[in-house]
Amino acid sequence: MGELNKTPDLSVTLAGVRLKNPVIPASGTFGYGREYAEFYDLNLLGAFAWKGTTAQPRDGNPPPRIAEAPAGMLNAIGLQNPGIDAVIREEVPRIARTFQGPVIANVGGFTVEEYAENCRKLEDVEQCAILEINISCPNVHAGGRNFGTDPKAAAEVTAAVRRVTRKPVFMKLTPNVADITEIARACADAGADGLCLINTLLGMRVDLNTRRPVLANRTGGLSGPAVFPVAVRMVWDVYEAVRLPIIGCGGVSRAEDVAEMMLAGASAVEIGAANLRDPYLCKRIVEALPDLCGRLGVERISDLTGAAHEQEANI
Amino acid sequence: MKASAFTLQRVRHLNADTVELTLSGDTSDIRAPGQFVNIALPGFFLRRPVSVCDWSDGTLTLLLRLAGAGTRQLAATPPGTALDVLSGLGNGFTPPGVPPERVILAGGGIGIAPLYGLAKALSRQGIRPVAALGFRDRAGLFYVDEFRAVCDTVLIATQDGSSGVRGQITDLLQQNVSRTYVYCCGPLPMLRAVYALPHLRGGQYSFEARMGCGFGACMGCSMPFRDGWRRICKDGPVFTREEIIWEN
Repeated sequence: MGELNKTPDLSVTLAGVRLKNPVIPASGTFGYGREYAEFYDLNLLGAFAWKGTTAQPRDGNPPPRIAEAPAGMLNAIGLQNPGIDAVIREEVPRIARTFQGPVIANVGGFTVEEYAENCRKLEDVEQCAILEINISCPNVHAGGRNFGTDPKAAAEVTAAVRRVTRKPVFMKLTPNVADITEIARACADAGADGLCLINTLLGMRVDLNTRRPVLANRTGGLSGPAVFPVAVRMVWDVYEAVRLPIIGCGGVSRAEDVAEMMLAGASAVEIGAANLRDPYLCKRIVEALPDLCGRLGVERISDLTGAAHEQEANI
Repeated sequence: MKASAFTLQRVRHLNADTVELTLSGDTSDIRAPGQFVNIALPGFFLRRPVSVCDWSDGTLTLLLRLAGAGTRQLAATPPGTALDVLSGLGNGFTPPGVPPERVILAGGGIGIAPLYGLAKALSRQGIRPVAALGFRDRAGLFYVDEFRAVCDTVLIATQDGSSGVRGQITDLLQQNVSRTYVYCCGPLPMLRAVYALPHLRGGQYSFEARMGCGFGACMGCSMPFRDGWRRICKDGPVFTREEIIWEN
């Protein structure tokens, strides 16, 4: 080490999809990209994950939907989105004008059939390189099953989606379970090509003056730096449990966090809430990665993935 | 909109819970009164959205109600401190499209802040507007002299009658029924009460909301309007009377 004067290779691969770097704005914090295109050229990103999209248009939850938290925030948006048909018709052509890289299509649903149907509709959308199946939103009340907390239900969604698409299927997992590796294994056994974790942690704030919950939805999802160590631990555990590529997500807010998440086992990293505080953050992180690789002595950033596990085994 | 480094130049206490902040920095992204800036505070995750009260080349004036720990910290920041500001956010007010004698500005509490910038912009166009300002009581008054300098008439209402008319902003508007076009900013109940006045024909209403990002990405501040759920931060904060769907 110490002789690394050539430009490090930042590219990573997710289930056969090549990304020029591991930095991916996370679903729900980046819309369909348009707002951030006013801040920087989106083409510097490895990919971006669009807003969770359901079959029908959704208004989401009543306001207030946002609350401050120590080192983070709560949100209870409730999957506000224009619906899959409008997204394919209107957003996809718009995305193509500002971003030419791979898009990760985050797909929501309320039934197994809805997930499959939404994915089938995306089959011909060439730019959607990866399907990220959101079985983990804490803010919608389907009145039915919670797919992300039941291994059998998670496996059912995985298998149903797997049957209708040739695109890589990444299941996005919730941390609000006793053992995330159990859900991860169920998804892997049902044919998932990869996993994305974690979604937000279920939380709540109460207003001292009104003596009412701050959020109209009562509860919301905690994100931001507060959840980073939880996400690292879960990525670590899942990396040991299944042989699937992992997109690490949760509380990442600087280049060093990207590297830490990769050392724990992530092949690429999503950045969420931190974009809301600093809309330039993903650009700053991408620009900081070459120097960081130099400091860490890696020629290929992908060499970081899971490297903490190997070192531990060598002791 | 863009991120700019501003420097806090001055904090002037206007009353017990209102301060005027003067910042220096690049204001070139501010295009219209009624827009807002979003300020990052050390130790707080979410930025604090604040209406633009006034601006010129290199100088930005904000009025801040000390509502919680974040705003109190901001008000206690020593002059000379650099602030991380997203500037030029939201749509802002547009010209009324009706004769000046039909127009009235109606602000409640800290909601008067963006109306000052509007009054100044109108006065530069040769229109000295009438402003109706509502406060809790005499001790809660602020910026009245500043409004007087750019307005034809400034009407005051206080809840206890300790200054101006005893009553609400709606009482002031009802005493001026020939003025049927309102620029309105204040707490939601005030916006609703003004909107419900039968003599009003048109207007622009500035909304406040808890925001996640302030630039349209997170859907945290969406509310229902005539053509669906809209983002207060990006599609607003100013909405026309025609866009609002409150029932009268």
